[in-house]
Amino acid sequence: MTGTTTGAKLSLHDLRIAFGPRRVVDLDRLELGSGEILGLAGESGSGKSITALAVLGLASTLGAKVEGSVRLDGEELVGAPESRLRELRGSRVSMIFQSPVSSLDPLLEVGELFERTLRLHGVRKREASERASDAFREVLLSPDLLRRYPHELSGGQAQRIAIAMSLALRSEVLLADEPTSALDVTVQAEILDLLRRVREERGMSILFISHDLAVIAELCDRVAVMQLGRIVEEGPTARVLGEPEDDYTKRLVAAVPKIGAQV
Amino acid sequence: MSRIPSYPDVESREEVLAPPGRLRSVPGMIRRNPLLAVGAAMCLAIFLVAVLAPLIATYPEDAGSAVHPLQTLEPPSAQHYFGTDQVGRDVFSRVVYGARISPLIAVLVLAISVLIGVPLGIAAGYFGGWIDEVISRVTDVFLAFPALLLALAFAAVMEPSITNTVIAISVTWWPWYTRIVRGQAASVTGRPFVESAKATGVPHRRILLRHVLPNSITPIIVQVSLDVGGVILTASALSFLGLGAQDPTPDWGLMVSQGQAFFTTQWWLVTFPGAAIFLTAVAFNLLGDGLRDVLDPRRVLTTR
Amino acid sequence: MSAVVAFEAPLLEVEDLVVEFGPVRAVDGVSFRLPAGPYGLALVGESGSGKTTIARALMRLVPAASGAIRLDGRDVAGVASGRALRSYRRDVQIVFQDPTTALDPRARIGPTIAEPLRAHRIVPREDVDSRIASLLAEVGLEPDMAGRYPHQLSGGQRQRVAIARALSVEPRVLVLDEPTSALDVTVQARILELIAELRRERGLAYVLISHNLAVVEQLCEETAVLYLGRIVEHGPTEQILARPAHPYTLALRSAVPEIDLAARRSRIVLPGTVPDPANPPPACPFHPRCPYAIDRCRTEVPELRAIDGRTVACHRAEEILAGEAQPPPHPASSSSRDDRDG
Repeated sequence: MTGTTTGAKLSLHDLRIAFGPRRVVDLDRLELGSGEILGLAGESGSGKSITALAVLGLASTLGAKVEGSVRLDGEELVGAPESRLRELRGSRVSMIFQSPVSSLDPLLEVGELFERTLRLHGVRKREASERASDAFREVLLSPDLLRRYPHELSGGQAQRIAIAMSLALRSEVLLADEPTSALDVTVQAEILDLLRRVREERGMSILFISHDLAVIAELCDRVAVMQLGRIVEEGPTARVLGEPEDDYTKRLVAAVPKIGAQV
Repeated sequence: MSRIPSYPDVESREEVLAPPGRLRSVPGMIRRNPLLAVGAAMCLAIFLVAVLAPLIATYPEDAGSAVHPLQTLEPPSAQHYFGTDQVGRDVFSRVVYGARISPLIAVLVLAISVLIGVPLGIAAGYFGGWIDEVISRVTDVFLAFPALLLALAFAAVMEPSITNTVIAISVTWWPWYTRIVRGQAASVTGRPFVESAKATGVPHRRILLRHVLPNSITPIIVQVSLDVGGVILTASALSFLGLGAQDPTPDWGLMVSQGQAFFTTQWWLVTFPGAAIFLTAVAFNLLGDGLRDVLDPRRVLTTR
Repeated sequence: MSAVVAFEAPLLEVEDLVVEFGPVRAVDGVSFRLPAGPYGLALVGESGSGKTTIARALMRLVPAASGAIRLDGRDVAGVASGRALRSYRRDVQIVFQDPTTALDPRARIGPTIAEPLRAHRIVPREDVDSRIASLLAEVGLEPDMAGRYPHQLSGGQRQRVAIARALSVEPRVLVLDEPTSALDVTVQARILELIAELRRERGLAYVLISHNLAVVEQLCEETAVLYLGRIVEHGPTEQILARPAHPYTLALRSAVPEIDLAARRSRIVLPGTVPDPANPPPACPFHPRCPYAIDRCRTEVPELRAIDGRTVACHRAEEILAGEAQPPPHPASSSSRDDRDG
């Protein structure tokens, strides 16, 4: 396997992100294939979240300096004009977060939010409505929920809505930053199920960021383990988590509490 | 237990927060907060003027009851930088001495307001229930009146003097602090570390003093600095209306009031005291704004 | 010769605890016993289960509408103040989930740890400092930490401080409310080790609240599974995790992601969401989402009954244990269909 990026949906090369003098990400190479679910594992301080934000060009709004290359289908995003990035955000690459309710405007009914966002991306009003309803059905939510306000939703519902938004916008890449960490374990199972379906039915490429290795083991085809801004190990999930080679990875895997293991 | 190195926890947005109220190196702070620097410098200047008034004023006796009938209403000149007033007193010296009066009134008013308002607010926020009801209703009654009108009403029934000005304004000022603190205190009371203390059996007195008060006080610090300007303006308004300081006290508001009859021809009588009021209010506003930026615990730092 | 059954009074006993917030019944008749340590009892559940409310009721932070909370046989549920409450407050301590908000950001670590000590006058004033130092050492922290502020510590260190504070008064019961959920995985492992070690060395008895079944298995002999304010299954942890008898426990167990591929199992995905506690379903609270619900589940409240070494509140528990339960051909609950939201 060569290092070139043929066929990779999203590829990050020599990505360096710094806050002032402090380098927080120093990534040589990370590639997300089309229709693939790639896990980005690490603890707090590993730089995984800021890497995702950098893909969308949002790291600089936090005051970070970003250097290197982020390519979406070959198009370079680092240094691209803000207008271009705005076009891409949502319509090609979306992001969902750990706390979905707080990323929804509390003053808007969910349906209104959908309509506005879709119209911003040039979708006409009637089609926007249809897309919203279709997306809701795809995530197994009753379109009645379109009339609700964010605070009236459960965590699981809100997260489904966030995913529905990316579907309605016809995103090709989904960046998921700890999307299930704040959810009950049964709800988490449903969301993971949904993500799997979205990948199968839509061919969505997903970058799944999580500190929970067990969840990554369940969902991801491949995984890259990050520590202090660097990728220390990468490969097919079963191999990396089953037979880790790097010391840090070994420690992470050993630290995961397992049912049935004796202490 | 083997020593495992701990990783620095940084980078995620929540982690890169400024710790509450920690003061760092002063030069660094100044660089990052020009507002605070300018405000602090101006306030310092005013303070120095007040303290060094006898040295700065060219005719200190004019700040008192001296009159000079032969040099009334003279325009600004080399001998009288700000001219002279209607009884011949040097306006510059009076403005300089005035720096002792307005800020003093502000300090007294705010001290009284804080001493009344903060404990009431903390009690209301922490205990809730009927204590909160009673305190909040009383506070609401006071807040229903525009501060200036209420101060006027009080001042009108009392003899005009600086003391009564202080009293009148304090009476209208404390409710704001009660309201601000009440919200903070209620929020802090709900946090796990206070619940923890309660659940452990720590007495209320100690929880209030050691936990609730220190964690609720920051908005008050900011508010107080912002309010200095407001109090000075209110006190000046009262003096302007004849309800505060009386002649020959070199109160700026009083000077503006006395000078307004001459405004069109002898502009210096009104302009310099007026500018002093304005600059003092601005100075403390900048200080307050700057302090708020520095003390806000949600401020995101780019370096650590 | 008549057999004499020695009955050992439990250390902590909760009987038919009910906690209400206005019209909402957050805890609906929960009972359990905690014997003297070393012993761990887990309260497992998700949102709306009432587990956090039980913890707060145990700490007397919320009043009980009815029921008893007995320490050494003395009921404190109705006690609002006085010496009995003070002594209870010393004997039962809590460690909260989020160490960041559990510590006063403006107080140094030393005084934070010493606060309970001082409140209960455990040691004379001159010994406080040395007690702080020994507590810090016991939780694996350097003595110079006493002079620092919480923001200067990592998440794991803060949690250790919270544990040290709880232990300062030599409590007899510790309530641990999701003690590791807010921590990184490697840090989690170390805190769990610490708790296990403290359990050994101090003979701790604790009530552990968690949604993480692996953590529960590691630290608790006994587990009670909660749903919508009631215990649905209760018994030895090993038994319950290996062979669940209640459909909810089954679903919970199957939902836990496994890092070990060999342990993979088929997921039971529950329809619907946890119902609003203000409006609980009739009879069995779980029936609208239960894959095995039959008519009886809608009309008759399943009581906790003893089966196979544990207690379960399910009409079909025997079938489920035997692995013979099938979803009924015509689902008893139609309520989940119209509101098919996740």
